[in-house]
Amino acid sequence: MSIFVAVQSDDFCVASEYNELRRQSGCGAIVTFSGLVRELSDNQLHSMTLEHYPGMTEQALSAIAEQAQQRWQLGAVHLIHRVGTLKPHEQIVFVGIASAHRAAAFAACEFIMDYLKNRAPLWKKEHTSNGDYWVAAKTSDQHALTRWD
Amino acid sequence: MIKILFFAALRERLDCEQYLLSCDGNMLQVTDILQQLQSRCHSWRQELSRSDLLCALNQQLVPLSANVQDGDELAFFPPVTGG
Repeated sequence: MSIFVAVQSDDFCVASEYNELRRQSGCGAIVTFSGLVRELSDNQLHSMTLEHYPGMTEQALSAIAEQAQQRWQLGAVHLIHRVGTLKPHEQIVFVGIASAHRAAAFAACEFIMDYLKNRAPLWKKEHTSNGDYWVAAKTSDQHALTRWD
Repeated sequence: MIKILFFAALRERLDCEQYLLSCDGNMLQVTDILQQLQSRCHSWRQELSRSDLLCALNQQLVPLSANVQDGDELAFFPPVTGG
């Protein structure tokens, strides 16, 4: 089992990450998820800034990947989160899971995203035509964790 | 000395990124430190009394009842919104 975690301002390449995951031996399934900067309904989003807690964010993401590894038999986990200022449609986050079977890969991918959204010290600020706003945490994201209890 | 960090909306509202607190070698709880910070002024009292305030001690999420000692790094921040 290998875990790769990165917090970076640079963009990532989904194809490169996928090919890395394919190289893991014994894996019959790969699930990937990419999160992007979403347009607001009125096209007023100019950009979004992602702030993080250097050091803690990397530790938190690694801990989440390790938790996933303990719950399912996984061949590899790649977890990348970008920070800094991003434009609409840019990539924010990548989760890639390689495992022997698809059920574990799908479940681990959802588990990692649910925990990332509640435990990793990252914050979004939207820069819009009407001003700058910190994104509020959603109760639906908090409730999503209960399915893993 | 205890290093206290603030992040995101909380950092902006307090207009403070980092605060150093002398603890004279005493063992304190996070709640004791919060009380000291809240007593600085009205806006700090308001912002640091929010029920959704999160706390990390040496880069691990902890409850406000956690013990803090000299040399520790403490951080306060609002609910996270990554992903």
